[in-house]
Amino acid sequence: MKKDIILSGVGGQGILSIATVIGEAATAAGLFLKQAEVHGMSQRGGDVQSNLRLSDEVIYSDLIPTGSADLIISMEPMEALRYLPYLSRNGRVVTSSKPFVNIPDYPDKDVLLAELDSLPDVVRLDIEEAARACGNPKGANMVLLGMAAPAIGILGADELRAAIGRVFARKGDAIVASNQKAFDIGLEAGLVK
Amino acid sequence: MSEKRLLLGDEAIALGALHAGLSGVYAYPGTPSTEVTEFIQANAPEVRSRWCTNEKTAMEAALGMSYAGKRALVCMKHVGMNVCADAFVNSAVTGVKGGLVVLAADDPSMHSSQNEQDSRFYAQFAMVPVFEPSDQQEAYDMIREAFVFSEELGLPVLFRVVTRLAHSRAAVLTGEAGGQNALDPSSDRGWVLLPAIARRQYLKLIDKQPRLLEASERTPHNSLEGTGPRGVIACGIGYNYVKEAGIQDVTVLKVSQYPLPEAQVKALAARCSSILVVEDGQPVVEQGVKALLGAGYPVEGRLTGRLPRTGELTPDNVASALGVPASRAFGSAQNLAPRPPQLCPGCGHRDVYAALNQVAAEYPGARIFGDIGCYTLGALPPFSALASCVDMGASITMAKGAADAGVFPAIAIIGDSTFTHSGMTGLLDAVNDHSRITVVISDNLTTAMTGGQDSAGTSKFEAICLGLGVEPEHVRVVVPLPANMPEITRIIREEIEYDGVSVIIPRRECMQTLRRHKK
Repeated sequence: MKKDIILSGVGGQGILSIATVIGEAATAAGLFLKQAEVHGMSQRGGDVQSNLRLSDEVIYSDLIPTGSADLIISMEPMEALRYLPYLSRNGRVVTSSKPFVNIPDYPDKDVLLAELDSLPDVVRLDIEEAARACGNPKGANMVLLGMAAPAIGILGADELRAAIGRVFARKGDAIVASNQKAFDIGLEAGLVK
Repeated sequence: MSEKRLLLGDEAIALGALHAGLSGVYAYPGTPSTEVTEFIQANAPEVRSRWCTNEKTAMEAALGMSYAGKRALVCMKHVGMNVCADAFVNSAVTGVKGGLVVLAADDPSMHSSQNEQDSRFYAQFAMVPVFEPSDQQEAYDMIREAFVFSEELGLPVLFRVVTRLAHSRAAVLTGEAGGQNALDPSSDRGWVLLPAIARRQYLKLIDKQPRLLEASERTPHNSLEGTGPRGVIACGIGYNYVKEAGIQDVTVLKVSQYPLPEAQVKALAARCSSILVVEDGQPVVEQGVKALLGAGYPVEGRLTGRLPRTGELTPDNVASALGVPASRAFGSAQNLAPRPPQLCPGCGHRDVYAALNQVAAEYPGARIFGDIGCYTLGALPPFSALASCVDMGASITMAKGAADAGVFPAIAIIGDSTFTHSGMTGLLDAVNDHSRITVVISDNLTTAMTGGQDSAGTSKFEAICLGLGVEPEHVRVVVPLPANMPEITRIIREEIEYDGVSVIIPRRECMQTLRRHKK
């Protein structure tokens, strides 16, 4: 079994924290993993993505071929669409529905969301709102991870929740608990699909 | 103690170097090489690791350490090789004592760079071996071997990676850590490159070449696999993309050590009817294989168009070159806009550009020459301020040349770290020539573009400019904030009107490091 995941967003939104949690869970589960990240100039408010590949067999390429990503996890709706050519026919898009507008020619929001919704398998949510509602305004990325969890498959939700505990352990129990809560709220939204 | 760790390619290199008994890392930050030195700084206080002023000072200091018998690592992005080339090429002529490895992180596709130059050409030119790992595990293993090999041969080893290995994470099985070499103060006449000695040393370097080739033939990192009729030479991470394509009718020569193993290439050619060269960067191997096999043997690659001439390798373009059609379920989205990087909200460079643009609008002939760093983003809207950005330090010297040609006002904008990297010598030229230029050293107290490393000149800029001979009344310091716009624009106007070299230093901490310091 293998899972190819594209994580996307805008530089500074924290997609690498999601990758870190998945990476921690995958390592604990003894899976093979490759994770190509973007460092450097793009991190200054530009589009960023990370290719995350999990498998129970050896993985060769650090990059995901077009048409083969099982999952796109995006902190931003237009950035989810940017990687559509990489999505496999049965792939799922899990994304925040709230645009991050830092460019003058950002597409019309309704038209953009309509294009997203026209895809066969989409889960979207205003993750910032959901994170605020559960009292953890900085936990939007953990809400998103929860939403994606059912589609990650090769790792169970419990394994991911435990990995959150280990990744955030040095920040204290309260931070761990609030991030796990954000994850669970996302998971509920992801399971409804 | 052996353990499995999830590491970036850069981190695997750093850990391998530490386990090889590294005594010093010498580097200037540059994407995608920065994390090697950062890892050593964070994990090995016993190893000398402070950032250097530029790649040339780094290379020379490392060579000095090697002459003293200890193992040294130099790290840079590919264009850093241009800066240290003098020392690098001559270090092959003098030879080394303690293992000396030069890590060059190339950036095909120019994710964070201004060109796609391939560092393997430098190694060919200098006649030193190249190690080019295919994955994170090999990066860890091979850097350890590189130090040993460097000492065996008495030559520096070029360790070449590309962005996708440097910045990709995978599990690495690590080995036992070795101790550092002892100090060996013995010296060698061969280090004094007077012509008479240099001629002898150069012959020694030539004489070492068969050993380099023999090592390339013998290393387990270069190997033939498969029995298919189509030949593939897969270099560095190109090997992974060939394996990813999963086709059976090929014989693959994996190459991770150079010079090119000629006997293995010939063996591949004899077994197959054609060869496809898969290499990231420029067609170094493709040219070499063509020369080796002669015009009659079909060799394909980037030069023939089977692979794109520019840009990095991807699983898609390699699969396509191997004849595997790309599969796409979805086309490109309709509602997409480019999202280029931009200066952070609140960044002091923003205020500098706002002021420069305001004053420049009053002078129809104004040209602002840019440099390399976050502030290069001032070339993009909304500022669109820059006439050029060529290489580290070029803003000052290009403004000087333009002023010499009659351009007025000729303005240079350069960051603090770039100024000490390569701007100071150009400023001295301008002072000596009494050039009419205005130099803006936009000082955010850090090397920001690469993530906020210490900047060599912090708190020394006024003294440096005065020391180079800029008149004290024409070294002006301002605080770039919207509230200070009237003062900043007035000072820019005054200094543009001065018929000589002026330096304006807008100084305010980078927003990124400020946020980190507040935590």
